[in-house]
Amino acid sequence: MSQYAINLLFVGASFALYIGIAIWARAGSAKDFYVAGGGVHPITNGMATAADWMSAASFISMAGLLASGGYANSSFLMGWTGGYVLLAMLLAPYLRKFGKFTVPDFIGDRYYSRTARLLAVICLIIASVTYVIGQMTGAGVAFSRFLEVSNTWGIWIAALIVFLYAVFGGMKGITYTQVAQYVVLIIAYTIPAVFISLELTGNPIPGLGLFSDYKEAGEPLLTKLDDVIVALGFHDYTADIDNKLNMVLFTLSLMVGTAGLPHVIIRFFTVPKVADARWSAGWALVFIALLYLTAPAVGAMARLNLMTTVYPEMVGENYEQAALNPIYYENRPEWIKTWEETGLITFDDKNDDGRIQVYNDKNEEFAPVAAERNWKGNELYVNNDILVLANPEIANLPPWVIGLIAAGGIAAALSTAAGLLLAISSAISHDLIKTMINPGISEKSEMLTARISMGGSILLATYLGLNPPGFAAQTVALAFGIAGASLFPVLMMGIFSKRMNNVGAVAGMLTGLCATLLYIFTYLGWFFIPGTNMLPNTPDNWIFGISPLSFGAVGAILNFTVAFLVSRVTAAPPQHIQDLVESVRYPKGAGKSIVH
Amino acid sequence: MADEQTPKVESNDYWKSNVRLIFGCLFVWALVSYGFAILLRPLLSGIAVGGTDLGFWFAQQGSILTFIVITFFYAWRMNSLDKKYGLGE
Repeated sequence: MSQYAINLLFVGASFALYIGIAIWARAGSAKDFYVAGGGVHPITNGMATAADWMSAASFISMAGLLASGGYANSSFLMGWTGGYVLLAMLLAPYLRKFGKFTVPDFIGDRYYSRTARLLAVICLIIASVTYVIGQMTGAGVAFSRFLEVSNTWGIWIAALIVFLYAVFGGMKGITYTQVAQYVVLIIAYTIPAVFISLELTGNPIPGLGLFSDYKEAGEPLLTKLDDVIVALGFHDYTADIDNKLNMVLFTLSLMVGTAGLPHVIIRFFTVPKVADARWSAGWALVFIALLYLTAPAVGAMARLNLMTTVYPEMVGENYEQAALNPIYYENRPEWIKTWEETGLITFDDKNDDGRIQVYNDKNEEFAPVAAERNWKGNELYVNNDILVLANPEIANLPPWVIGLIAAGGIAAALSTAAGLLLAISSAISHDLIKTMINPGISEKSEMLTARISMGGSILLATYLGLNPPGFAAQTVALAFGIAGASLFPVLMMGIFSKRMNNVGAVAGMLTGLCATLLYIFTYLGWFFIPGTNMLPNTPDNWIFGISPLSFGAVGAILNFTVAFLVSRVTAAPPQHIQDLVESVRYPKGAGKSIVH
Repeated sequence: MADEQTPKVESNDYWKSNVRLIFGCLFVWALVSYGFAILLRPLLSGIAVGGTDLGFWFAQQGSILTFIVITFFYAWRMNSLDKKYGLGE
């Protein structure tokens, strides 16, 4: 069977599974549609949350980010997991007790304010739409690479599949497909990683392999990696960094952003009890950690593997000599040829010696060494995103593993897209239409509205996936910045402070939102239009060395401060709101509290 | 704060114990990530782990493992608090 047929078989079989689940888990009521009936087991929900959370970016890009950044990019690992600790202790159990369907629902009720509800809807839509574009384009890339269809067709097929199970199944269909998608993606991610780890270190567990000895040289893998890349002028992989303030703020921004993302929060509305919401957050972390503990190993090992492929003698100790003997381009391995066809690996023989020179040509201290060797610049460009996708080929694994990776990449993109689309459509049908415009709407009409909004959101996401706007690439800055600086603080204060009132919350949200957008736009351009940035986006121009990606944490602090000060000088919330806060703090009766 | 108006003294204790527990958990949460993995890394540089130092291990694995422990610990402690105050379901 050809590789193409195998890929088609794996992806086709996974689609058949998702659609089968959708038919089985068809939503019959508004409660089914928004919160999967509220009866999802905490472990099931943990698994669904992990799939909901781990996007195309986690599956495809994270290992590459870690490989290129080394220690400095550990922020992604800590930030994208540490947020669940905040969620588990500060938000999820209480919002579950509150027992309604959406995040703006809580903000609108708790702050007895249409403005607050509307602001929450706007923040939710900006954050979720930015996020969903990346999923659509990610699915497009996976389709075009593995199924040889055009990017456009790939995005349309992805949209159709999501439409089938999300529109009919609602949260119920999404929950059980996400469980299936988690299983597909974790197997796909782990198998090639185990083989690479075995090959390099002899340890079958990649997370342990990362800190084990490199088989060929008998010294620790990370020491070997440091030596090899430093010999080629790259930054030391494990070295400490100088700008610690920025690293702290970046990690914190990712954490509060994670905890404030509506599509993650609503997953915790689906479990039966408050205690289940707590357990479920722990299970979600376990399932996420299975991938996140493997990713740094994949990153480091793939990078070392690439270096020793290009410079075979780097396996030994004489780096000086090894650097002079890279392989000839005509002798390059098969997998480099495959990926050259996609344009994600490119070669340019700048010094015409027929060999592949890979080194850091931006390092000025290394320039004299390069000049002495007659190197005229780095000759092999490798896109970070291919590390995971090319892993099976690099490790010479059988064709079915490649088929599995194809299905896994698509599963990661679809599961996150579906969760985001549900968050967007429920905010439209439930918060905008049912609560703000037409409260008298019947349950049947509300569900129809929810399905139409879902269909509309899918069309919008598809359109934006086909024509990605400038902000699509700024998911980390925009989605995490907004969720962290506007939604997280007001949700938390709504639970932990009875004194927090409507004016304080609105002022805090606006401050967090505007300050974060202003800082991002200053460096990345107004509405991300290239050339409209007021300051160049380089570390020496950042205020106190804070990058625009790290500003979400500062925005959150401003939000807390302004909300606190404003609420102290304005009237305390009415008694029934204080009673509401009291009731979300105590778990008893959560099962009965869903009355709509 | 309006907390004083709570009619039931017992449930007020429940909430205070919850907040205390959260502070304890967040201390550990911050210590392993912002502490060991970032700010205190230079202090831990003497402790070697697999070709690098303990700070690097915390940044890439240790903090994630600790987060899992914290989350389950919190769920376990809170569930027994729920029972103690008769607030469980």
